[in-house]
Amino acid sequence: MRLLALLAVAVLVALPFVVGSYVVTVLIFIFFYAYLGQAWNIVGGYAGQLSAGHAAFVGIGGYAAALLSAHAGLSPWIGMWIGGALAALLGAVIGYLGFRFGLRGFYFVLLTVAFAEICRVVALNVDAVGGALGLYITFTGNPRQFQFQDNRAYYYVALVLMLASTALVRSIERHRFGAYLTAIRQDEGACEALGVDTLRVKMQAMILSSFLTGVGGTFYAFYLFSLQPNAVFGIPLSVEIIIRPIVGGAGTVMGPILGSFILSPLAEISRTYFAQGGWNGAHLIVYGLLLIAVVLFLPQGAYPALLRLARRRP
Amino acid sequence: MDPTLIGQGLLSGFLFGGVYSLMAVGLTLIFGVMRVVNFAHGDMMVWGMYLAWMLSVRAGIDPYVGFVVCAVALFLLGLVVQRGLVERIVDAPHEMQILLMLGVALVLENAALVTFGPDPARVRSPLSQATVWLGPIFVDLARLLTFGLAMALTGALWLFLARTDLGRSMRAAADNPYGARVIGTDVRKVYGAAFGVGAACVGAAGALVSPILPFQPTSGLGLSVTSFNIVIIGGMGSLPGAFVGGILVSVAESMGAVFLSPSMKELVSFGLLIAILLFRPAGLFGKTAG
Amino acid sequence: MSLLEVSGLKKRFGGLLAVGGLDLSLEDGEMLGLIGPNGAGKTTVFNLLSGFLSPDGGEIRFGGRNVVGLKPHEICRLGMARTFQIVRPFPQLSVLDNVKVAALARHPAMARALEAARAVVDRVGLGPRAMDLAGRLTLADRKRLELARALATEPSLLLLDEVMAGLNATEIDAMVRQVAAINQGGISVLLIEHNMRAVMSLSHRIVVLSFGEKISSGTPREVAADRRVIEAYLGEEYVHPPQA
Repeated sequence: MRLLALLAVAVLVALPFVVGSYVVTVLIFIFFYAYLGQAWNIVGGYAGQLSAGHAAFVGIGGYAAALLSAHAGLSPWIGMWIGGALAALLGAVIGYLGFRFGLRGFYFVLLTVAFAEICRVVALNVDAVGGALGLYITFTGNPRQFQFQDNRAYYYVALVLMLASTALVRSIERHRFGAYLTAIRQDEGACEALGVDTLRVKMQAMILSSFLTGVGGTFYAFYLFSLQPNAVFGIPLSVEIIIRPIVGGAGTVMGPILGSFILSPLAEISRTYFAQGGWNGAHLIVYGLLLIAVVLFLPQGAYPALLRLARRRP
Repeated sequence: MDPTLIGQGLLSGFLFGGVYSLMAVGLTLIFGVMRVVNFAHGDMMVWGMYLAWMLSVRAGIDPYVGFVVCAVALFLLGLVVQRGLVERIVDAPHEMQILLMLGVALVLENAALVTFGPDPARVRSPLSQATVWLGPIFVDLARLLTFGLAMALTGALWLFLARTDLGRSMRAAADNPYGARVIGTDVRKVYGAAFGVGAACVGAAGALVSPILPFQPTSGLGLSVTSFNIVIIGGMGSLPGAFVGGILVSVAESMGAVFLSPSMKELVSFGLLIAILLFRPAGLFGKTAG
Repeated sequence: MSLLEVSGLKKRFGGLLAVGGLDLSLEDGEMLGLIGPNGAGKTTVFNLLSGFLSPDGGEIRFGGRNVVGLKPHEICRLGMARTFQIVRPFPQLSVLDNVKVAALARHPAMARALEAARAVVDRVGLGPRAMDLAGRLTLADRKRLELARALATEPSLLLLDEVMAGLNATEIDAMVRQVAAINQGGISVLLIEHNMRAVMSLSHRIVVLSFGEKISSGTPREVAADRRVIEAYLGEEYVHPPQA
């Protein structure tokens, strides 16, 4: 298994020199969304706290880094950590309010959506952060400002993000924190009776998850060169974030990666073939149908199903 | 502040509350009977609106007549969703149910987007032009009629639940699902009917609102949030709570629009939701949820 | 100083006084049986002791320390572990992983926790089923698992809530031996039980609860002969048979 993983990484590293720019771009999105999905996986998959408002963290991270770069000349390489920290702060607030007040399941989902929407409306209306037009980042191509002339540089950054986050989640799985997360997802009350400080563990998961997502916001901002409140805080982005780990397998290490490799190409295809359907609509229908299909037929996701299949062939 | 403006806002809010009540009653019925949270509620309402629009534009049927068709169509949709999807995951963990309804919401919202386009639509009813003056305050006939019909439908629902066998079975299932089964209730049938009726409520509400408010496919989320707001305030599963809550929230929103700007209104709505979630998840009248 | 000292414990639910001024003490190494008719408040007492409910009055001292207001996980860490009347295994985890979660409380390193968990799993007789999913176990095995998890937190006091309920005669015998062995190993036990044979044979002392009040306490023999106890369980006719 180890050998297979190394081989796969080697292939991915070599790929940009073999394939064309379009494929590289698609892969960048696959890696990036796998990263965001992996970050969400910590609190949404392992701990089972469904958050449908993670876009808020992307937005905060992105806006923070972009604003610091534009107004304070701060390099995004530093700004990304500040953005991550601010996102973690919001995550801590949401987590504390939600967990302390005992919000579970549907109520917690609503809480996260409410916060994300508030961020969106604020960003839309506060002109100091760009208002409805959003923020634009001037192209300089300067690596010190997190900008690269070559698409492939972004490719490697995204690849590192994906691999690093996956290594982190794998490590979590093997340590006490991960065991506690998984147990909390099963039955919090029983955990409390076994000496697990469930509030603390859930907070840690939420803060870590939102921090990582916030860091991802910087990549988002400096790869797309623009931040639009509706795009970066809105529900569609939150859906993009959660659907990959859910389809791939929430609470598994490979889930977000597998999910991203399934969904990004699917989204691309639906976008191109249903282009006359108007306005981004078609691929979200596919997402909705996929969510429904996964819930009905593969509730644990694609990765566990593949593992079961692999075990059946001796 | 001009008292006339306030009075206008109050009346307007109160009348619109009829629709909010109907909408919320549908959601709370589904939750009360089945413990399912219909995340697609707002999107179903949007489909009610668009159906009314199509009837008006293609068949020349006024929404104040066409709402019946919308109610029936949405009833069928609710039934299909319940039988085909929700029923299959009855024993699954709650998160699955949330994800399922999220999926349904995505499909509905974007199907509307693809079918009707992103631009706001509105239904022209001859009645939306007519107004009635009550002293210094005016009311458009459309709003009055919307209110009246919404109230009538809510009343009819009430009678249905109180007087008919199916209605009583629903209330039994809402109160005590296990007990209901023990006494021989066909729970499958009840669940299907409950979801259908809940969807019908929101379909009718959509049709009745279509002449008053412009709408677009993305309105779904806002309407869902408002529905949740109302139902959580009034108490999950409580029909009187949803009814009263609908009027309250509508008046509050109306006052908000009078005193604040429209975008602040959204902020207030979400802020209110957070406050309610933190302090009253059982609501004013309600049972605790799951 | 007793291991557990409860004085004046009160709990209200709306208008209902579930526990009304309970005094209780348990010595180190003792096995105390808590019996009483259904609805007497026994599980409520457990919930109060383990921190899942907060009392409306009274004191709970564990190892000399006041534990009222502490969260359940803190109380567990102090050495008081409990099982649930309706067992709550982690259904999607294996038996071993279930117990591992508990062992992590005392052994933060995974490897060490797994070792400790293994030992406990073998001790309760679930060794052959260590890798089975908890959700697929029989009731008797689930009860063993519940016990194993509590044991893995290395408690000094174990609260067992109707651990025999639902078991057949053979399973009950095995469980009785299990619980006796645990107590002989040095762990104090507070036992809620409806199975009279089990409780009478296991307990050093018994406390009888009825409608939230202690109506009797003493050795099993004393309590069995106490007419107040007979009356509470079986009704007045058995104490004062109607004149023919």
